[in-house]
Parts: sequence; C-alpha cells; structure tokens
Amino acid sequence: MSKFLEILGPALGGTAVVLGGAWLSAYHLNAPEPLGPTAQERQEQQAMAAPAPTEGTADPVVLATGQDAAKSPTSAPDGGSFGLGRAATADELAAWDLDVSPDGTGLPVGSGDVETGEMLFSENCAVCHGEFAEGVDNWPKLAGGDDTLADKDPVKTVGSYWPYLSTVWDYVHRSMPFGHAQSLETDDVYAIVAYILYSNYLVEDDFVLSDENFLDVEMPNAAGFFIDDRETSEAHFWEADPCMEACKDSVEITMRARVLDVTPEEEGAESAAPAEDVTMAAAEVADPAPAETTETTAAATVTEPETETAAADPELIAAGERVFKKCKACHQVGDGATNKTGPQLNGVIGRPAGSVEGFSYSSPLQEAGAAGLVWTPEELSAFLAKPRDYMKGTKMSFAGLKKDKDLAAIVAYLQSFPGD
Amino acid sequence: MSDIPFPKPSRRAFLRGAAATGTGLALAGTAQAEGDPLITQVQDWAQGFGDGVDATPYGLPIRFEDDVVRRNVEWLTADTISSINFTPIHALDGTITPQGCAFERHHSGAIELSKSDYRLMINGLVDKPLVFTYADLERFPRENHTYFLECAANTGMEWAGAQLNGAQFTHGMIHNMEYTGVPLRTLLNEAGYDTSATWIFVEGADASSNGRSIPMDKALDDVLVAFKANGEALRKEHGYPVRLVVPGWEGNMWVKWVRRIEVLNGPVESREETSKYTDTMADGSSRKWTWVMDAKSVITSPSPQAPITHGPGPLVITGLAWSGRGAITRVDVSKDGGKTWETARLAKPGENKALTRFYLDTDWDGEDMLLQARAMDDTGYVQPTKAQLRDVRGENSIYHNNCIQTWWVRPTGEAENVEVS
Repeated sequence: MSKFLEILGPALGGTAVVLGGAWLSAYHLNAPEPLGPTAQERQEQQAMAAPAPTEGTADPVVLATGQDAAKSPTSAPDGGSFGLGRAATADELAAWDLDVSPDGTGLPVGSGDVETGEMLFSENCAVCHGEFAEGVDNWPKLAGGDDTLADKDPVKTVGSYWPYLSTVWDYVHRSMPFGHAQSLETDDVYAIVAYILYSNYLVEDDFVLSDENFLDVEMPNAAGFFIDDRETSEAHFWEADPCMEACKDSVEITMRARVLDVTPEEEGAESAAPAEDVTMAAAEVADPAPAETTETTAAATVTEPETETAAADPELIAAGERVFKKCKACHQVGDGATNKTGPQLNGVIGRPAGSVEGFSYSSPLQEAGAAGLVWTPEELSAFLAKPRDYMKGTKMSFAGLKKDKDLAAIVAYLQSFPGD
Repeated sequence: MSDIPFPKPSRRAFLRGAAATGTGLALAGTAQAEGDPLITQVQDWAQGFGDGVDATPYGLPIRFEDDVVRRNVEWLTADTISSINFTPIHALDGTITPQGCAFERHHSGAIELSKSDYRLMINGLVDKPLVFTYADLERFPRENHTYFLECAANTGMEWAGAQLNGAQFTHGMIHNMEYTGVPLRTLLNEAGYDTSATWIFVEGADASSNGRSIPMDKALDDVLVAFKANGEALRKEHGYPVRLVVPGWEGNMWVKWVRRIEVLNGPVESREETSKYTDTMADGSSRKWTWVMDAKSVITSPSPQAPITHGPGPLVITGLAWSGRGAITRVDVSKDGGKTWETARLAKPGENKALTRFYLDTDWDGEDMLLQARAMDDTGYVQPTKAQLRDVRGENSIYHNNCIQTWWVRPTGEAENVEVS
C-alpha cells in the first residue's frame, strides 16, 4: 500500500487516492459497472471546465465531462501490484536495451577506422546512400549540406544537421542496413560511423572512432536546436476574439495547385509527373529527401531489355558485376553463396521462381513459381526494373534498375553463374 | 465549363457526379408523366435474392465505394517501405476513421507480429524490469478513449504554396479511433518506476524501432498501451497487436508494435527526434520537442476530390477540426477567402484531443467561393493563416503546418487547392 501512495500521490494527487479507495469497496461488492466519478472528481471537473462558450458558438460546449470517469485503477485491488509479467533476464535486457544516449550511456566497448568503414559502407550502405554518402535518388544524403539550413531548401545531413553522434551510432546499429537491420557487429558500426564523419570532413582519413574518444567528436550543428517555444513565440495565436466581418479589403488568388499538377491520379496506380519547379515541395514525410525529384518515376513500362543471349560478353558481365553492388547487401552469388536476406542467385536464370530451398519467399512469388513462372532473362529484367510493380507483395525492398543497359548487364552477370 | 484544364482526379469525380446529376434531373422531369422507372418498374434486387449470410465472413465496403481508399503520392519518398499514404477524408463523414482506410506511415514496413510472439519489456529506472505477454496485458484494468492521430508532416507539402489538389493529400495524414488499452502509468507502477525519473524511451519491434523519448509527466497522464481500435484488434498496419497512444501529440510518437519502455532521466535524442521531427526556422535554427499538434481544421466537402455535383441551392459544407491541446470549441467558415466568417454547427460538442465534425448548412448562389475553415480550441487558440505561420516559422519547417486551407469552388462545382492573399 505504501508503494501505491508513494507512486500515485505525486502523480495524480488526492483524487487518485479517493478513486483507489472507491474502487476497492466497489471491487469487494463485485460491482460489474465501471465507476462514475466521485463527488470530489465531479467538483474538480467543474472547476476545470472550459471558459464560457465563445460568442457565436452554435452549440454550447460542455467540455470533457466523463473523461476522468473512464480512468481505471492503476493498482491491484489490494493496492499493491497486480503481480503480472515476469522478471526480465539479464540476457533479455542485453538483447533489447540497445539505445545510446548523447552522453555515451549505452555505448559498447569497441572501435573502427575510416578505411574499414569505407569498405563496409560501400558493401552495406552505398546502394541507397551513395559511395560518398551523397545519397542516391530520393534516398537520404548523409554528407554535405554545410551552411544550407537557412536556405530555401536546406540539405540536412549528419554533418550539417544531426546534433549528436550517439544518434548516428544508435541508428546504424539498430536499424541499418535498410532491410537487414541489426546485422552489423559493434566494431563495424564504429567503422561505418567513422566513415560517415570522414565523408562530412569532420575527421581525417586515419581516424579511429571508439567508445573512448566518442564524446570528443564535435557535431557542427550541436547548438542549432531550441526547445519548443510556441506558447511564447506564437502567443498571438491565442486571440480570444477572431475577426468575423470585414477582415480584409480584398482577396486575390496567389497560387494554384493545378499549375503544379503533382497530385496523383485518383486510381493511385500511376504517379503524376512532377512539374519542373517542384523544389517548393519540401515535404519530408519520410526518410528520403523531399520531392525535388526531377526524374519522373512514372515510367513504369519496361521497354524490351537487350538480352542477346548469344556468346557471353565479358564487358557486359563486368558491368553487371558493378551493378550487382546494389544487390550485395541482400544477395550472394558465386562459390559458396548462401541465402541471406534474399535467396542465393547461382543458376537463377532459367530456374523456376521461388524455388531456392530454405528461403522463405513472399506468397505471391511462391504462387507465381507454382503457376509456372521461370526466371528467363526477359522475366527477370521485367522484375528488376520495377520489382514491386511486377510482383505485388514481393519482400524484395529494392526500388528497381532504371536503365536498360544495367538490366542487360545484371542479367549477363547472373547468367555467368550456373546452378549446380 | 471552365477554361482551366481539369486535373484528372477531380475531373473523374466531377464527371461521375455530373452524370448522376443529369440523370437525376431528367428523371425529375419525367416523374410527373410516366414516373421514374426505378420506382415504376420491378427491379432485380426487389425480385430475386441478395447474398446469404455466409457470403462475407468479414466484409469490405460495397463495390460502389471502391474509390474510397488510401492513396500514396509516389514522388514523395524513395520507397513505399518507408513512406506514408493518405486517409480519404474527402469521402468520409462523422468522426471515426475506419481502420482499413486510415493512413499508414511505416519506417521499415508493416510487420506481421502475432499475439503469441509479442513481448513488452519495461526496464531502466524501475524496481523490477518486467516482461509482459499479450495475455498479461489483457489482465490489467483497461480504458476506452477516442483520440485523433495526426502525422507531424500533415500539410507539410503546402508550406511554400498550394501544391496537392485534394483534402486527402493536403490533410489526410490523420485518423481518429476509439482505442482500448491499459494506461501506461499502470504498467509503470507494476514495474515500480523511480518516481524521480523524468523521461521514458519507447521503441517498436520493427526494424526501424522508431524510438522516441517522452517526458514522464505525459507518460503518467494519458498515454495508453492499446490493443484494440474501433472495437476490433489493431490492423497490422496500425501496429498489431499493441501500439502506443499518445493523445494530442505527433503521430510519430505513437510507436507501433511497441516492445520496450525504458525509464530514464534524460531523452535519448534518437534519430526520429533529432534528424527528423524537428522544425527548421527561417534562420536555420530548429525547434525540437514540438510534440503537441496545434488546433487545425479543413473543409472535406466540397473540396477538389469532392466537387459540388448539384446546382445552386441547398449545400452542406462540412469538415473536421481538432486540437492536441484539448477540445474544439468553435469552427468558423468563410466563403470569401477570409473577408467574412460565419460560425459552423458542431455535430457534437468538441471532445478532448479527438476529431470534431462541423457543418455549415447553406444556400449556394452558384458563384465562385473561396472556402476556408478556422478552428478554435478550449485554450483560446485560433488556427492561424499560412501567412501568420510563415511570419514566425518561415517555409522550411516541414512539420506542424496547421494553417487555414483555401478551396476555390467554381460555378461548375469543381474545387481547387489555392492560396490567397
């Protein structure tokens, strides 16, 4: 009981204690109904009730009555704990309690250098973020953007914007690479973070990042943030009596959405091609950079890829090997290739879809394979051009290869690895 | 007709509506003579059978409503796995958003996590770090509350000017559901949290983890660990089997598939609360911890995707209003771009941190209108114009754009997203 009082006292005040008591007696009476508010609660509600209805309101408004009536007891009937749940083990805590705070709390012992980081970044991160962390297409840029925060279109990167290095370490460690999270070893994370710092010119190429020097790294925009001040800087929005009549002399239309024409079709299948000056569309709803895309993604139709299946073309295969870097985070091919995030790809050309043993395919892909889909050069090209359009529901989180020559190259490269 | 080319969405909707209107008019004309064949002739549905009770164990809307769906704006993001779609608010009424068309925002896709595989850990500054199963959660006293969830980026594409032509796209990162769940304070009590601790950190089970720090005061106030929405289990895309509900605060904090709550004495300053969900001002400095969603409203009909399909005469103007600080007390509507205002009728008294439906039952003269709505909440906050917001925040905030929206309604009944002086 003492715990109950100690905890609830400061949190909820006397009300909670009264409510707790009321609940106790009700419980013993086996009252089936939820309790209504106590007299004291009702008084409090009335005291807290909103200002008188504003002039002009159609309906007089009664605020939030009954809100507190819905509150449930926070302790067991005897006032103690419910005794639910079980103790977390040390191993469980170690597995899940991974967050790292700005002061370094949570950072494991380890280290990694820029050079190793560059290699790891190329293998694991460059497919989206670019070899130099400059960002591919709409994927996030991690480097650059210095002194752009006051510009019309700020470029927010680790170097230009992120206030804490702990955030970078924590995020890479827990949530990256995209589609293969929590696959990096501690020292790999240090190395990749060291490389991201290097790509932002924040450290030299011989830098080694470790738990010991972690807090010495200065983030350029560390002082660039202030705590929400809307209630003071925007106090004038709390204007009791807004204008109702003759609020403006004239009204002119100054901008129209149709001029831009960036709204999707109603069916939602195709995307409208963004107009040229979409740079105003600074809508960073998601991780990737905003809508400055000048490339239209609407080119959904796949033109016939060049797949002359005559003699293997060494140059094309070499080009395909370079393209395959985009796939390597998830797929292996060649000697000893095994299933990773994606299935191993030896002999993929000519094999039925969804047929690699031990790989858990999406059900649409399994069904397509069962229905007779074979990965011919043509089918594979169509798939890789727009994976999720071609195979709705595929688990492959790859945006697709836009260029026909890349498609031809990747097919030639994969064709050079026969199955066993 | 207008000399302006129609954008495809409203054109299709408009033509569909116009066709219906035309038919209606013709019938109205013939009704006196031989009568409406829909009435005078026996229809198939009045003669034969409909579906049996075993046809649809769990139903979807009838096919005539198949355009009332979430939509994606493909160019916004690099990949649909980490992206957002939009609630068709232009086609809904009332205040409850059905889960099946309530907008989705994922950072690494909507995961499939079963109740039996679900675990919730509470650790950090607690007497006893605990692990709960789903079944454990069902044994705590639970509550029901209706709250809106708005993404901080809702209307974020409109900072620099009118851009997307439809209420679904300008204001559709919002939904409103009745949640059933256990107050977080109950679970914190169960673990014996340190009463001097000032923060919690919450994370999800998906690959993004989407960790967020929340001040302890809020955690003890009204945060819910919810497992039902609108009476049924959370849909996969809304965090099945368990999500956090953080009333009135930005949607990103409502962690889905919530798996761990850590009691701390400081914020973690995770990726989602530093590099994202911080609001950059004109001078390049950035506001952080902008959790509360300011009061806001939008007219959902008429709007670009919901044009007027009848001629002059009785017209229902309707929309939604909400405030993260409390209840909506009043909504005003202007037909002339903000020169004059009239107070709309609230369908029900405003509810705490939930959507409020408003109506203006009016008589349309068939002339151009510049429709606007302006919400007020019980703290006295009045929804600002876009110019007022830009004066304080510039155009680069991305998040928290709660400005007054303008729809230009033409004599044809079509509507367009515009900005006015």
